[in-house]
Amino acid sequence: MTENTDFTKVKKLIEVENVSKSFGKNKVLQDISLTLSEGETLTVLGKSGVGKSVLLKVIVGLMPMDSGIVKYEGRSIAETTEKELNDIRKNIGFLFQGGALFDSMTVGENLNMVLHKHTDFPLEEREALIIRALELVGLSDKIDEMPSALSGGQKKRAGLARSIVLKPKLILYDEPTTGLDPITASSIAEMILSLQTELKVAAIVVTHDLPTAFTVSDRTVVLESGKKIYDGPVEGLSNTHHDHLDEFLNAARLDRSRREEIIKNAHLIH
Amino acid sequence: MNLLSKITVRHVLEKVGKLSLFSLRFFKAVFHPPFETKELIKQTYEVGVRSFGLVAIVGIVIGAVLTMQSRPTMIKFGAESFIPAMVAVSVLRELSPVLISVIVAGRVAAGIGAELGSMRATEQIDAMEVSALNPFNLLVVTRVLACMIALPLLTVYADFIALFGSFLVQNIEAGMSGRLFYNRVMDSITFADFAPGVMKTVFFGFIMGIVGCYEGYNSEGGTEGVGRSATDAVVFSSLLIIIADVLAVKLTVFFFDIS
Repeated sequence: MTENTDFTKVKKLIEVENVSKSFGKNKVLQDISLTLSEGETLTVLGKSGVGKSVLLKVIVGLMPMDSGIVKYEGRSIAETTEKELNDIRKNIGFLFQGGALFDSMTVGENLNMVLHKHTDFPLEEREALIIRALELVGLSDKIDEMPSALSGGQKKRAGLARSIVLKPKLILYDEPTTGLDPITASSIAEMILSLQTELKVAAIVVTHDLPTAFTVSDRTVVLESGKKIYDGPVEGLSNTHHDHLDEFLNAARLDRSRREEIIKNAHLIH
Repeated sequence: MNLLSKITVRHVLEKVGKLSLFSLRFFKAVFHPPFETKELIKQTYEVGVRSFGLVAIVGIVIGAVLTMQSRPTMIKFGAESFIPAMVAVSVLRELSPVLISVIVAGRVAAGIGAELGSMRATEQIDAMEVSALNPFNLLVVTRVLACMIALPLLTVYADFIALFGSFLVQNIEAGMSGRLFYNRVMDSITFADFAPGVMKTVFFGFIMGIVGCYEGYNSEGGTEGVGRSATDAVVFSSLLIIIADVLAVKLTVFFFDIS
């Protein structure tokens, strides 16, 4: 978490070994291996549809893999009983793309549901924890709101509050800034970094948003066509000469130099 | 045509197989904690109380129409006095249980299919699973049990309303008094007319709930999938209820003296 932490010497929380996953003939993940240490923030970058979200769902056991092993604190997820898997999941927070709030409940009830199921805390203590979690994501005034009354960014924040209310060891973020304007996206990225620093949890952030990756990463993995093509510090991305990486970085650059060329080509089509 | 029929048969068999496994999962889950009592009460209210209006309209129409349709024939054979008995037996044994089940399935199974389908599409079910909240017990077991509890009660309610509808027609058309209508009905019906009709709605409730939950819980394809889940839930549950009724009648004849 700190600038100089050497995560290779820290205990491994997640180990993904040679994981493959296909949907019919579509090979979404091919022989993916990666590790995540305690307190480390790993971003998984890649174009839409390369299997980033599938990787997260495989890690948390929501989706079965075709081959490979996923270990949480050295225990293979696939070999756990339902109860053991649920015990593991209590230590994992998951922020879904749209927040995935239970839409028949208020924001506060969404958080309370998780606390009520997994703790014996009295109501007052649960309320205090809910308010604290909502304060951390800047939504303490929305406790009684229904999810339908929240904006896209607020839904993600509320979803994040629900993910952290049980004080997990690991948070998985599935496209936390997708569909948000640059300012809101930037504030979400900053919030993720603040939470990681304050709660000292490990995180895997799946995104195709480079600014988010640059803000939150300790380490970055890049996926292309289901394969891992880069694993290292985010700063090293621009020094790695790989066609796909160059294309990815160039596409994210604020550059109007190709504008005239595109307009000219568009006229030629007609 | 041959290919089409092969696809249809395979599709149906696949569906029946998956639905059976889903039902098996329900029977395993129903006896294992967590028991979601609060959610069960809420769902029973949703299925039962919120269907009161619909069931009342259907019930009164069944009773009134059956009486109006049968009156001329019964009069022709000089059997006008048997109208309350005929209506009561028809309503209690068959019309009320089956019609109410199919009509309520239209509302409830579609609602469950759409609700769970939408929860699947917006990853709420995944979120429950990741939070170790056991979505199957919370969403499926409670809804299926709610249908199994509420439908028999709605059927009894519809039985009374249908008989009231019949009485209204008899009163208006023939000036029959309430007491006479009541006596004619009570003299003609037995436990064997009433109990099997109500008992089979427990199974119809199970069908309605399990099909609605199956379609919604396994919904695929985003918002388009939600619509498909709702439609399939109504079509399959109504179809299965009608097919199950044949079996139920056979069992009724076997176990009860309805001569």
